[in-house]
Amino acid sequence: MQTLRRKDMLGLEEVSAEEINLILETSRSMREIMQRKIKKVPTLRGRSVLNLFYEPSTRTKASFELAQKYMSSDSVSVAGSSSSLVKGETLKDTVRNVEIMGIECVIMRHPVSGSSHYLARNVEASVINAGDGMHEHPTQGLLDMFTIWEKKGRLEELKVAIVGDIRHSRVARSNLWGLQKMGAEVVVSGPPTLMPPDLDAFGVKYYHDLEEAVENADVVMALRLQKERQESGLFPSMREYAELYGVTPKKIARAKEEPLIMHPGPMNRGIEISSELADGPQSVVLEQAASGVAVRMALLYLLLGGTKEQ
Amino acid sequence: MALHHKATVMEEKSMKQALRRIAHEVIEHNKGVENIVLIGIHTRGVPLAKRMQEYLKEIEGIEISLGILDITLYRDDLIERHDQPVVHTTEVPFDLSGKHVIVIDDVLFTGRTIRSAMDALIDLGRPASIQLAVLIDRGHRELPIRADYVGKNVPSSRSELVEVKLKEIDQEDRVDILERKDD
Repeated sequence: MQTLRRKDMLGLEEVSAEEINLILETSRSMREIMQRKIKKVPTLRGRSVLNLFYEPSTRTKASFELAQKYMSSDSVSVAGSSSSLVKGETLKDTVRNVEIMGIECVIMRHPVSGSSHYLARNVEASVINAGDGMHEHPTQGLLDMFTIWEKKGRLEELKVAIVGDIRHSRVARSNLWGLQKMGAEVVVSGPPTLMPPDLDAFGVKYYHDLEEAVENADVVMALRLQKERQESGLFPSMREYAELYGVTPKKIARAKEEPLIMHPGPMNRGIEISSELADGPQSVVLEQAASGVAVRMALLYLLLGGTKEQ
Repeated sequence: MALHHKATVMEEKSMKQALRRIAHEVIEHNKGVENIVLIGIHTRGVPLAKRMQEYLKEIEGIEISLGILDITLYRDDLIERHDQPVVHTTEVPFDLSGKHVIVIDDVLFTGRTIRSAMDALIDLGRPASIQLAVLIDRGHRELPIRADYVGKNVPSSRSELVEVKLKEIDQEDRVDILERKDD
């Protein structure tokens, strides 16, 4: 496969293994550009991108903006709190107005699940979902897969244990779709109240016991406990959560030797992951951040590079 | 429209002679090989650069650094093309600053690839000079670009196709001119 025959990147549920492969291969070439002294290629000169963030974000936003700069596109960034959203303008109106000014690609983070699909249907510009509610965060899933692929050389037949709040996690959803498409075995663990009601649809195995879940795992991915999305009563206390599902060296003793330790950030140290692991030699948390820029450069190239007509 | 074989302009032996001659010219022009690096342009420039590296080693006894350049991200036709070219990885694991860079490609045609290659190289450092070696120069330049070393000049018409085959990729060494004809 040579080209992504799609206008948008909204979620990994609808993307094929072949497409994911092309994105990962292209990301590897982009990674080389990031290691140069002059981190810039003229590929997207004269193309315009809008970053629309209706939710706070540090690394995803910085990562997208850097990717755009390295590819020489022109960007505008708008934060939700400062935009006309607060004045009551609808999402569709906001983007149509910016589109007419020449924007060809919109990167959007939004608190409502499905908002990026809605936007993609209503504008001609390419839409990249940078996180929509509890639905998906496809570029995070791709960068996690890219990090594993670079470290382990493959994704097939690896066992990946995802631990924590799967229910509220768009990162987990994208990884569940993506990793399984690429042939990895995925298991999940965490409090039963933080599992999505539709977990069966993903076809992954759930373990109540974290130590059992990580048995023979090549990769252990801890998720952020999203305090801002917790309704009361889903788990008794932070301390109890940390006690049962905090990823620590002791808890993952039954994993394969030297498993990769991942976390999408930002980390609650001492809650879902111990500092010892987060800063330890197996941790690829910082590599994940670097991979993010490469993967986003690749996506911008693949979605914006050629014509999509015919 | 089909492609018909019109002429064979180079075979294994003549290709070897041409490349060896270029190796000698490179040494003569640069008064040795001390400050030289080779850059092969993806795809067929790469095996040609490797052969050049071997010939230069045979003659001078020194192994010269060799890099691979992918110019996809520097193309000037990305918006016009329907099919997007695949991005390959650029591998230049050494500093170009102050070096005489010999860029190697199979065919010099419009000059647009070389324009892209020069932009890409200058993003990697500040070479003392950039020189161009090509196996075939078929004319029809669209930019003010010329080759410093040419294996063979092949006058061709625009509608013809120059097809370079190399053992490393295509299992044989030969250069053919193909003609477009209505069946």
